[in-house]
Amino acid sequence: MKVVISQIMENKSVSDGIFKLTAEFSGEIKPGQFFMLKTLDNSFLLPRPISVNDAGEKEVTFLYRTEGKGTSKISSMKAGEELQLFGPLGNGFDMQELKGKIAVVGGGIGIAPLLYLTKQLGRNADVYLGFKNCVYTVDEFEKYAGQVLIATEDGSIGEKGFVTDYVEFSKYDAVVTCGPEIMMNKIINNCKEVGVKCYASLERRMACGMGVCLGCTVVTRNGTKRACKDGPVFMSEELI
Amino acid sequence: MADLKTKAMGIEFKNPVLTASGTFGFGEEFSEIYDLSLLGGICSKGLTLRERGGNTGIRLWETPMGLINSIGLQNPGVDNFINHELPKMKSYNTVIIANLGGHCEEDYFEGIYKLNYTDVDLIELNISCPNVKSGGMAFGIKSSVAYDIVSKLKRICRKPLMVKLSPNAESISEMAIACEEAGADGISLINTIQSMAIDIKKRKAVFDNVYAGLSGPCVKPIALRMVHEACKNVKIPVCGLGGIMSAEDVIEFIMAGATLVQIGTANFIKPTIAEEITRDLSAYMDREGIKTLDEIRGIV
Repeated sequence: MKVVISQIMENKSVSDGIFKLTAEFSGEIKPGQFFMLKTLDNSFLLPRPISVNDAGEKEVTFLYRTEGKGTSKISSMKAGEELQLFGPLGNGFDMQELKGKIAVVGGGIGIAPLLYLTKQLGRNADVYLGFKNCVYTVDEFEKYAGQVLIATEDGSIGEKGFVTDYVEFSKYDAVVTCGPEIMMNKIINNCKEVGVKCYASLERRMACGMGVCLGCTVVTRNGTKRACKDGPVFMSEELI
Repeated sequence: MADLKTKAMGIEFKNPVLTASGTFGFGEEFSEIYDLSLLGGICSKGLTLRERGGNTGIRLWETPMGLINSIGLQNPGVDNFINHELPKMKSYNTVIIANLGGHCEEDYFEGIYKLNYTDVDLIELNISCPNVKSGGMAFGIKSSVAYDIVSKLKRICRKPLMVKLSPNAESISEMAIACEEAGADGISLINTIQSMAIDIKKRKAVFDNVYAGLSGPCVKPIALRMVHEACKNVKIPVCGLGGIMSAEDVIEFIMAGATLVQIGTANFIKPTIAEEITRDLSAYMDREGIKTLDEIRGIV
């Protein structure tokens, strides 16, 4: 992990309130890790934790939703402008554990860290993406995954309803999920019923992103853990 | 070339820039980013005699140029600190300060007994944590109560003792004087300012504890005034903190009379900032023709 002032290569809207930002960065990044992003002005105080959507040799890409002041400000930045990047942070997915046939299940902006994961898993990954009504970056998953299934709550694109209803969990050696907690809870329970191991990537309010402020704690069966340092990926059995 | 070496409380500091308790863990995570021997010192995460899990609910809330926290002294306890964290901290080759909080007199006594026989260089006595009910800050509001606890602890403490004051004290000058008269070797201020936030959609306080501690650049003018007030009233060294973001901020605290400073919330905003401030401070002094900080200390 390191702190760098990085130049933005691209920052564009891909859907309503959803942006994709690519910035210069060189260094090894594991799928599931995240960075703390901050503009160089003082328009907001704390850096924002944003997960890695994709990474190349000399760049890193973030897919994010504008939630408040910080992400709105970041979304207004243009190519050529500089921002502060701190990372990569967090444990990321344990690729050694993800062997065999893997179901990757994402909901809404929770799909962000799953693209880079899918890229590394390749055809062994079946990807299930759930959205409310707007669908984004699906074609990128299609490039790498074994198959991609889309569901929208209103059925306007893909299957109708919750994406979790379309996953046959018992078919897989492991399941990876990121998205709304209600969706992840359902997946964790389904996996438990059929005895498939499951990994969930959590989102928490953070200040430091590196394990010192203790603001992002998660109470687990193995004690209080930090989402930023011990996570953001947790084995589902650990979660209460 | 500017000389940043600072002697205070019987300790030689390489420079006056320390990192504040609760914003730097025990240093380990930061040691992966920069060489911690460049710092004047490190204050440990606030310790209590026994391990604490901290507060429930939301723990962080950003405000315009500020951060409200309700961590609640989550820490591994004094014994785990001594056995697991302190040996690593000592390897960073800088002054190591144990920040000790408590719920009652006995907690402080026992904590100090344990720290007395360790390699800790200095104890920072936390009588000012706003996030723990019925404790901590109770000792930091009335100067007579602070005098009582500090004088008792000073009798058994074999390490230099720096008392961390709360901005929520009834009177900062009386509090500073009380600590000096009780035998404190130094004081540090300010801890976070008690504050609150309300979620108007839920019509509820954001924090389970309702009130929580405010820090960051928005508190700096208040911190500076309190440090100035303390410095005018005591002779013991004062360690200033509250919203420091730059070497220029450090200079302000030194001009207000501080001997040492601590970098807190800024560590979250840019993890390398404490080391950068140290370097910038030296560059600033060279530019301004200041050889040692004594030339400008307390000139306001």
